Amino acid sequence: MSRTPIRPRTLAKALAATAATGALLVSLSACGKADMTKQASPFAAAKGSKSVTLSVQTWVGAQANVAVAKYLLEHELGYHVDTVQVDEIPAWDALSQGRVDAILEDWGHPDQEKRYVQDKKTITAGGGNGVTGHIGWWVPKYWADAHPDVLNWKNLNKYADQLRTSESGDKGQLMDGSPSYVTNDKALVKNLGLNYQVVFAGSEAAQITQIQQFAKQKKPFLTYWYEPQWLFNQVPMVEVKLPAYTDACAAKGAKDPASVDCAYPTTPLQKYFNTDFAESGSSAARFLKNFRWDKKDQNEVSEMIASNGLPADEAAKKWVDEHPDVWKSWLPNAPKK
Amino acid sequence: MSTAAPPTTPGALGAGRLSPIQGLLRRRGLAKLLLLAVAAAVLVPLVRSAWPGASWPGALTVDVSGPLDHASNWIIDNRDSHWLFVYVLGHLSNAVVLSVRGVYLLLLALGWTGVTAGVTLLAWRVAGLRIAAIALVSFLVSGALGMWVPTMQTLALMIVAVLASVVVGALLGLAAGLSPRLFKILRPVLDTMQVLPAFAYLLPVVMIFGIGVPAALLATVIYAAPPMARLTALGLRGADAGVLEAVSSLGATGRQRLLTARLPLARKELLLGVNQTIMMALSMAVIASMIGAAGLGDRVYQALASVDVGAALAAAVPIVLLAIVMDRTTAAAGEKLGATPAAAGPRLLRGWPAWAGIAVITAVAALAGRLAGGAIWPAGATLAIARPVNEAKEWMVNHLYSGVPVVGGTADWAAHFTNWVLNPLRDGLTALPWYGVLLIVAALAWLIGTWRTALTAVLAMAAIGVLGVWKPSMDTLSQVLAALALTLVVGLGVGILAAGSKRFEAVLRPVLDVMQTMPQFVYLIPVVALFAVGRAPAAAAAVVYALPAVIRITTQGLRQVDPGAMESARSLGATRWQTLLQVQLPLARPALLLAVNQGVVLVLAVVIIGGLVGGGALGYDVVTGLATGNLAIGLVAGVAIVCLGLMLDRVTQPTERRTTGKGA
Repeated sequence: MSRTPIRPRTLAKALAATAATGALLVSLSACGKADMTKQASPFAAAKGSKSVTLSVQTWVGAQANVAVAKYLLEHELGYHVDTVQVDEIPAWDALSQGRVDAILEDWGHPDQEKRYVQDKKTITAGGGNGVTGHIGWWVPKYWADAHPDVLNWKNLNKYADQLRTSESGDKGQLMDGSPSYVTNDKALVKNLGLNYQVVFAGSEAAQITQIQQFAKQKKPFLTYWYEPQWLFNQVPMVEVKLPAYTDACAAKGAKDPASVDCAYPTTPLQKYFNTDFAESGSSAARFLKNFRWDKKDQNEVSEMIASNGLPADEAAKKWVDEHPDVWKSWLPNAPKK
Repeated sequence: MSTAAPPTTPGALGAGRLSPIQGLLRRRGLAKLLLLAVAAAVLVPLVRSAWPGASWPGALTVDVSGPLDHASNWIIDNRDSHWLFVYVLGHLSNAVVLSVRGVYLLLLALGWTGVTAGVTLLAWRVAGLRIAAIALVSFLVSGALGMWVPTMQTLALMIVAVLASVVVGALLGLAAGLSPRLFKILRPVLDTMQVLPAFAYLLPVVMIFGIGVPAALLATVIYAAPPMARLTALGLRGADAGVLEAVSSLGATGRQRLLTARLPLARKELLLGVNQTIMMALSMAVIASMIGAAGLGDRVYQALASVDVGAALAAAVPIVLLAIVMDRTTAAAGEKLGATPAAAGPRLLRGWPAWAGIAVITAVAALAGRLAGGAIWPAGATLAIARPVNEAKEWMVNHLYSGVPVVGGTADWAAHFTNWVLNPLRDGLTALPWYGVLLIVAALAWLIGTWRTALTAVLAMAAIGVLGVWKPSMDTLSQVLAALALTLVVGLGVGILAAGSKRFEAVLRPVLDVMQTMPQFVYLIPVVALFAVGRAPAAAAAVVYALPAVIRITTQGLRQVDPGAMESARSLGATRWQTLLQVQLPLARPALLLAVNQGVVLVLAVVIIGGLVGGGALGYDVVTGLATGNLAIGLVAGVAIVCLGLMLDRVTQPTERRTTGKGA
């Protein structure tokens, strides 16, 4: 009885001490205002102050951009680079708050652009990254070769039977991917009178795995997909023609998304920067503004990462070693310390 | 064979003991059902004339998307100006960043030599040599996998999160343990927090704190504090009244009584609480990576984006190892508490010299590491496991996916499971009129519990309807039920086998450990590769996740059955099957019910992972909400999942009050 009370008392003391430390930290973090918009990651740049945080989206093209930018920032400009993986819209939010400094590949988010770039001015447009993106419906080449008329949406109903799965019931399966991607597929299926069921794979990883699986068995499939994408090199796919994209159709769709009845637009992919970062004039900001390559370059890096299993850093190094002509022009002319 | 069963004494005894209660139960149950039937006969025609159709009537729904959109816009517009953010939440967020950074920098400064030495010695001091060896190997493996820095990031986050959870939980538990009134208020809150899937509150937390470490830490604390609070309250309330009486008769004040008697008596529960909190916090490490927590979870998540199971596994292994080290250390510390000093190890390892020794050796190791090469794990000394793992996965998928002779491939199973189990179940539940569902829920909950449990369950279901997500919820419910049935069949089977054979249990234990701590994201790709996109891989993921707990509880329950009863059954010539079915299983009924209940909670926790592999329904909505920052979709679906959880919990959890009240 004489010895036992000590431990709980130390426990109670430890609890009190921790609570006190917490309180102290809260007050230490500055008396008065605490700007939530100016907080870096606790893991950012352990030493030195030259640090950039880039957001990485879940698709590999975005990883390729970031890998190359990161490699050059670290090796040519002496920065420490942190990457954060976030979905597209939360990434905009993080950009406006300064949690990340740059998004290197945006597929068009008009609502966010209006809120942050035009109204709040916390985000600055950074120009195109040189790659043009395109969303569409695709079928595997081995199947399209045997049935060339599947490449027109008007004939899709003829093939619904072949595309049935246990998830799509008695309709054909049109596979969609991650919920964060821009899609009108439900509206398209309805408005074009197609006998199809949109089945959401739920994530790009699941969608790619399923496509690879189908391809291995040479099974037919119809999927929402986009280019540039490394998977095309592994599983050749051909696009199905949808009713042509028009501005009128886009305007109609902007008002009521359920009314869309035409193909997806072709989007020049954009870069966006946190305004403070863009206006800082740092060499990193100037470098990222200059960053601009094309689909071929991006796919080269993407494929090394996703298909050959190279770590992103190594893939970037390999590309950088082979293409000095492309990236030399991105470097700020007179790098300042 | 059934006639061959002799009227054995224990059997007759058991029957004699049970039959009046069972009779009463049956009669009571009948009365309840009759009452419900009368209510239904009156209400259903009324309801049907007012709202025809099977689905929840549109007139009874409330559209909350307007207010929720408004709320999220308000947060975004005021985040950098309103006092609530600037003076309160901003400081909280800063404090989190500062403390995590502090711990992280300390860990980095110690270097891999210092950290490994420190952790090993610490494990030795509190838990013994065997666990120290496990800790040593674990940290070396994490380094060898090339995961040293992410492991330190996760460790830093975990240390701060666990400390915060323990403090918050202990304070709540203290309040609940000392005041019966607070206990009454807190209990349902803690109950709800336990069935709440973590994803449901990721979104609101992100809205307020933005992505990053503060949000991740907060979400972790919400998830991990309840077990601490619950166990603290339990320990304080369970203190021996006689001891307390003795202490107060000695004239101790309330505070003295708490510090010298109640807390010491509760220390086993307190340590168990810490242990549980650590495990919960670690299981959150990966989920929190979806909102930018960095560390190992982020590596797993990023590897998934490039469909690289090998790389995901390389980051997941250190998570599993961290969990095992922390679990074993705290568990051993708990067991040692009651032991005599002699059993606590050699003299050198006790008291302050031991702590000082640990500090000195750690510092020396850190310094030596610095001098020898550097604080970061040497880059050359890493094992690349990604490629072989991926090759193994490819091989497995290629050989199991389809066309396996006789049994068929996994894809065929998945298709059959979807067509023959999931589809009929979903169609049945969706076709069932909503008042029918409410009646069934009421009947089940009332039969197993009190009218209060029934009311909670029915209200939870009604809330789902009111929120306007009836149909997806029925879809999710069908998936949960199917996965649960599968989990129980497999889990009870394996549990019975493990209870019968010590050797089998010993082999099974590490497998279960890994299944339980392996981040769910890691098996996302394999399940899709094996079972094709859809609800079948979602069910498979749920089964894998929920199985360990069900197996463990079953095994333990069966083991604890009075050996005397089984022995006498055997001596009377009962076969193994007869003993199992007629003595062991009935006697282990409470444990089996607990297994069912835990199965429900765990299966439900994976619904959202299901959303990532094509499970659709509520899980997909939550993921959508998180990915698009849409509170209206994500939060409503999250609340619906919570409601489903509450309902299922009530339907599968017999109330203790009732059974103890009858003295059964």
